Amino acid sequence: MSSIATVRPKTHDTGALATLRARWRLVSLLAVVAMWVLVWAFTRGEQTLAIQASDRTDIHGWFLARTTAIENADNVVTSLLAALSSGMDATLLFLQHLFTVPEYPRPYPQIGWLGALAIASLAAYAVAGWRQVLVVAPSFLLFGLLGYYEDAMDLLIVTGVAVAVALLIGIPLGIWMGHSKIVAAVVTPVLDVMQTMPSFVYLLPFSILFGIGPAVAALVTLVYAMPPSVRVTAYAVRGVSTTTLEATDSLGQNRWQRLRHVELPMAKRTIIVGVNQTTMAALAMATIAAYVDGPGLGQPVLEGLRRGQLGKSFVAGLAIVIMAIMLDRTTTAASTRSDRVARGDRDTGRVRTVALVAGTVVTLAAVYLSNSYTWANQFPEGVNIGDPISTKVDDLADWLRSDLSAITTGVQETFTLYFLNPVQDLVANSPWFVAGLAILAIAWIVGGVRALGAAAVCLAGIYWLDLWNNAMITLTAVLVATVVVMILGLAVGVWMGRSQVVDRSVRPVLDAAQTMPPFVYLIPVLVLFDANRFTAMVAGIIYAAPVAIKLIADGVSGVSATTVEAAESAGSSRLQMITKVQLPMARGSILLAANQGLLYVLSMVVIGGMVGAGALGFDIVYGFRQANFAGKGLAAGITIVLIGIMLDRITTYGARRAQSPGRATVRRKRLSLSRAET
Amino acid sequence: MTEVDTLPPNTADPGTTAALSVDGLWKVFGPRADKVIGTPDAELPRPELLKKTGCVAAVKEVSFDVAPGEVFVVMGLSGSGKSTLVRCLTRLIEPTAGTVTIDGHDITNASDAQLRDLRRHHVSMVFQHFGLLPHRQVIDNVAYGLEIRGVSKAERRKKAGEIVDLVGLTGNEQSYPDQLSGGMQQRVGLARALAGDPSLLLFDEPFSALDPLIRRDMQNEVIRLQEDLQKTMVFITHDLQEALKLGDRILIMRDGAIVQVGTPADVVANPADDYVRDFVSDVPRSHVLTLRYVMREPRPDDSSEGPIMSPDTIVRQAARAALASDHVVRVVDNGELVGIVDDDAILRIVVAEESVSP
Repeated sequence: MSSIATVRPKTHDTGALATLRARWRLVSLLAVVAMWVLVWAFTRGEQTLAIQASDRTDIHGWFLARTTAIENADNVVTSLLAALSSGMDATLLFLQHLFTVPEYPRPYPQIGWLGALAIASLAAYAVAGWRQVLVVAPSFLLFGLLGYYEDAMDLLIVTGVAVAVALLIGIPLGIWMGHSKIVAAVVTPVLDVMQTMPSFVYLLPFSILFGIGPAVAALVTLVYAMPPSVRVTAYAVRGVSTTTLEATDSLGQNRWQRLRHVELPMAKRTIIVGVNQTTMAALAMATIAAYVDGPGLGQPVLEGLRRGQLGKSFVAGLAIVIMAIMLDRTTTAASTRSDRVARGDRDTGRVRTVALVAGTVVTLAAVYLSNSYTWANQFPEGVNIGDPISTKVDDLADWLRSDLSAITTGVQETFTLYFLNPVQDLVANSPWFVAGLAILAIAWIVGGVRALGAAAVCLAGIYWLDLWNNAMITLTAVLVATVVVMILGLAVGVWMGRSQVVDRSVRPVLDAAQTMPPFVYLIPVLVLFDANRFTAMVAGIIYAAPVAIKLIADGVSGVSATTVEAAESAGSSRLQMITKVQLPMARGSILLAANQGLLYVLSMVVIGGMVGAGALGFDIVYGFRQANFAGKGLAAGITIVLIGIMLDRITTYGARRAQSPGRATVRRKRLSLSRAET
Repeated sequence: MTEVDTLPPNTADPGTTAALSVDGLWKVFGPRADKVIGTPDAELPRPELLKKTGCVAAVKEVSFDVAPGEVFVVMGLSGSGKSTLVRCLTRLIEPTAGTVTIDGHDITNASDAQLRDLRRHHVSMVFQHFGLLPHRQVIDNVAYGLEIRGVSKAERRKKAGEIVDLVGLTGNEQSYPDQLSGGMQQRVGLARALAGDPSLLLFDEPFSALDPLIRRDMQNEVIRLQEDLQKTMVFITHDLQEALKLGDRILIMRDGAIVQVGTPADVVANPADDYVRDFVSDVPRSHVLTLRYVMREPRPDDSSEGPIMSPDTIVRQAARAALASDHVVRVVDNGELVGIVDDDAILRIVVAEESVSP
């Protein structure tokens, strides 16, 4: 369509025509869906490529053979991986002996809760300032009070080691990427795919390569957490003022001086934002890594889910939330503090030195105490608030399910019967080629030729992996949940975008919600609803809503004040303002919100496999449980990645088109300009 | 177009070596840029060249010499290539062709290490948008050039302190750049450039981002520093008034090529083409022209009782005395009578100006 627009002489390209073209897109979308429904009505249930959960095909067997071959192989690569794994194991075990696991003949670990609390508080003071001590110290106490001190420490150890290694690799890589366009061109697509992959999908291949246990948990966590630090560092380095670089170059600095004195100090604050993102991603992955037997708070959550002890999961989940808040606050504060330090916060300089020395002395004393006395080593069991909470939650769940079941099942059944089932019937019960063609047509209309190409490649892959029907069921769940996310996003987002007061009160809640690992979202939903596909979708909706709401709110509030003023002076009503000015001008943000919504929902729907979501999520979970099904689980993992890439490409290209209406010509002009500039 | 090789005799003495010498300098941006030079394409106007080859010729065959201690102003509108030109001088932008010689050193073939050495010791630059390090105090910004050449902390702070005093920033040593006004920040930029005690200073539109009053202060500051320090300066500006005020000589650029090189009076009195004429039409000529440009040949019947003046006297300064006297002014250079200025000549300049200026 865009090519037509450029061929046509400019003078003819009036507003009316542009509107017609925009309508044309909507009309053709509706036409495609109508055609689909029509064909489906006659062919329903034929050639859906459905296979039983217990079925495996040749391709799954082929994957299984490969995994077995990898597991049994003995070559340079496998021994390298083994060395990596044992090195990681040794590091983790060393730290665990320090903090959580007694080393024979000692009955207790070397450093107990008091020492750990002191060390963490001192670290928080050193990197983030004294206010953060007021966040960190109570957090540690709460871990103990909730009865999960050891698990919390284990989770911190896995997260900490993973973050340290991820930054050690990620920041230099990001700097390199910021300097070299070639490196950026090579690394960016890899990061794109890595960040589209739901965390759960990482687990199976890693467990095939490294088995299960703490080492694989840390390794998968560090790989999952690295992309943000690379990306943000590259962005930060590229963002350093070119005038300053030129000015300092003109003084004759060499490359090392340039990096050390100019680029790193000026990029520092942004790089620490990357550290924050990496830390939060690591925490999310380290929690889910309970699936590969990773130590930490994920274990009690998973155990509770498996045994139906929701109270237990809830309390452990609470501890995870506290840790998420603690880590997020501390790293964010570290970022703002780095600014003040760069500006030479001289007033506090001396006070700080004294406080650091005193703090170190106190910490050493606390470490000594916790090493020598039981009371300072083992958190006192008498003061436990975890068990009462757990019992209360279990009671509440029982009550909700018995007395409130009319409402909850009502909601659930209405939604399933009138919305979820019909869509799933259409998508999954059409012949595969009908559904495939329809998806391709939609991809083309929304995102243009490039989206069409990406969708074609992804669908071909899904077909080849022999999980078509399950893929369609999962896709349905994702689409239906995303529709709800977008309704929520538009309602709350427009409300926030139009009122600063609303924005200021809602945004902190959304920010807090976004720091929580996805795993945690399942628990409260499970308290309300039984384990089934609906539960996973609700969790997905809650998980994805904050990011969608924020993007739409930013889009709406980003509409230029002059335009709003002009529309107002023309006599627009509130509804006209929203539908004719603010939403159309924010459509790029809305498509971006849809993009993020789809990816967030997808990752949650997959995790939902463990609470009865079925389809691809189940295939992965089953691949963990049954060695014979590892091949199928792997195929399911790749299928999920393909779905993710397809949805991502379609919406990204769609958003790009929506953001620049005169796109083709503008892009060509920019290209020639940028060529001239380099 | 004025011939570049034949410099006006009063400024560049051929006997001394030039502090800076630029010969046949080209900068072409775009794919296979070096292939454009020497072909007929190079003569094409910019839009046609871009269309045909995808290249933009920012600097086209520029040659000039700057004498030691001279203030050489490069003037042109935005897009004329002047900022690219000044960056080519120390290869912040790599020239496509031509040579640059500074103090007898060939810059264009220098190795990276030689280039760094040159930038550390011989040439400094002041930038339009300052380019200060926001995380360093004023004193450490000024000392940065010394720091990267390995001067000890005590020594570089002492030296930087002196320079800070010199540019009038005393008392602001411990401030951070964003605590200073734009004019103060540019003083820091100036101090940073001076700290390394370079022989050649390059200014890239240093005062364009400042408001008019501050700009005038800073121009006077440069004039004062020039009197004290006698550095060679290349000064880029788009402001003709600034060019006339500061420049010993002015180079006018258009679309990457030289249009005219000359003294301020030369440019105003004898514009090379309509472009320059249009440029200088608003200039108060009596403030710029010297008697050299208004005098006529002496005739035997000229009175010999009038006042004696040098040919470099500015018309405005001569006007009062010339008009007050009943006799014509005799212009004497090195004891020799070179010309006569009568009241008509003075009035032509002053009155013509009255009718043009608003």
